[in-house]
Amino acid sequence: MNRILIVAEHDGSHLNAATAKCVSCAVQVPDAQVDVVVLGSAAVAAQAATLAGVAQVVQVANPANDSQLAAVLAPQIAALVREGYTHVFGPSTTFGKDLMPRVAALLDAPQLSDIMAVESDRRFRRPIYAGNVVLIVEVEADQPVIVATVRTASFGEVTRDGSATVLVRTLQVALPSHTRFVSMTQANTDRPDLQTAATVVSGGRALGSADQFKLIEQLAATLGAAVGASRAAVDAGYAPNELQVGQTGKIISPQLYIAVGISGAIQHMTGIKDAKTIVAINKDADAPIFESADLGLVGDLFSILPELTQRLSSR
Amino acid sequence: MAINRILVGIKRVVDYNVRVRPKADGSGVMTEGAKMSINPFDEIALEEALRIKERGQATEVIVVGIGPSDAQAQLRTALAMGADRAVLVQVDVPLEPLDGARVFHQLIVREQPHLVMLGKQAIDDDNNQTGQMLAALWNRPQATFASKVEINGEVVRVTREVDAGLQTLDVDLPAVITVDLRLNEPRYVKLPDIMKAKKKPLDVLTLEALGITPRQRMHAVRYDAPTPRQKGVLAPDVATLLAELTNRGLV
Repeated sequence: MNRILIVAEHDGSHLNAATAKCVSCAVQVPDAQVDVVVLGSAAVAAQAATLAGVAQVVQVANPANDSQLAAVLAPQIAALVREGYTHVFGPSTTFGKDLMPRVAALLDAPQLSDIMAVESDRRFRRPIYAGNVVLIVEVEADQPVIVATVRTASFGEVTRDGSATVLVRTLQVALPSHTRFVSMTQANTDRPDLQTAATVVSGGRALGSADQFKLIEQLAATLGAAVGASRAAVDAGYAPNELQVGQTGKIISPQLYIAVGISGAIQHMTGIKDAKTIVAINKDADAPIFESADLGLVGDLFSILPELTQRLSSR
Repeated sequence: MAINRILVGIKRVVDYNVRVRPKADGSGVMTEGAKMSINPFDEIALEEALRIKERGQATEVIVVGIGPSDAQAQLRTALAMGADRAVLVQVDVPLEPLDGARVFHQLIVREQPHLVMLGKQAIDDDNNQTGQMLAALWNRPQATFASKVEINGEVVRVTREVDAGLQTLDVDLPAVITVDLRLNEPRYVKLPDIMKAKKKPLDVLTLEALGITPRQRMHAVRYDAPTPRQKGVLAPDVATLLAELTNRGLV
């Protein structure tokens, strides 16, 4: 029997959708009981308890967890895992990427990053070389615990009609004080979240300036879409880094992805290969993005974008 | 307190611009003859360490590589950028991240640095694990995905690129920092510096010398090519594109 513990991601009051995707991955592991640990409030634990497929939610309430610091959370998670879990999963978001290796090292366990498919309870698929290669990797039989981050773009959310029990726990674990939260600067929150939005409009270096990047924002606003950017556009300062899509940014799977002035480097494509429909707008007919796009339009983005926005808003 | 020394990880990887493919039989990836470079994130970590030293906030920058003998080339480049000395822990087969972290931990025991700076991930295995694992083994703070680093005495204020925006943390030294893309733009190496770098010390160590026996905790079953997306159709104009999107129920 496998026992899988999923580390919930939340902001103190709301469960992040990435957790429901981790559950979706975990329930594919054969012969497994899936539990979720919420190092946070009862409200978040109650939300986690509705995730279909979850047997038990372990809630650990401790003011030290308010800032969700990896150095503080990791020893608590490791202590729970030592009670008999075989797998620990977290989302492959900046939260999970920061936290899970720390958990793995405390447990002297191997970690698999960005798992995109489950082949058995010890065998998984994960992308390497920016998604140019898919590695099938198997953890040796002598390893009692497997730690993994789940590539959220590869899994849908489980439904929210479950009714897991919630167990409130207190953990006697020494917590460090060497790391202290100072502040958080939120990105523009008027727009849909890039990681969960159904539609994403992304701009590349061809936008030419931060000012002209507003053409992307206007189209996105008209569509109710999130805004993304290529690494080149971020490096050039046209868009903030939290909007970066690709190998070193966010991996997303929207229904519709509109790439404007993005050539389609593999490092970018790895971030969108699970998008349902990709639309490419680029003046270079030979741009590699057209090889992967479902729909393309060759032309000058500075005339196409305003026309597209205008036609959409007049409907 | 000025930082005594900064340890910087330098990994030799297939260059960012090379498109890597799996071998036809799935036994590995084709990297023979490919251009090799310093992992881009590690280059940013080194640049930041050098700037800290140049501001008088640290006295020495040591670059550390774990890899084959050929990885000396990347360490020489790092010395040419301005590092004071280099250590290569020579291994013939790549180490898993946990063993990589154990190597750094042993070097920390030897060198007693106040700060360790690593790239947030290597662009070959894309693991994003070593820095966090090292911080756990060392029982010290970690500040990952750094986009700004300020040294204030024994505390470092780090701004981190996280999904929701920018998070700022204070961490006590000694600490591990892993760096993100926007922290800085690494300097170019000049020819005279390459000549000078040839005279800088580069020590080669073995795992045995560090008392480490690597452990295989997982193995590659197969290397596959990703499933390619189908090439789609081109629309002649905006109106047609919009009509097609509407047909598909997407707008």
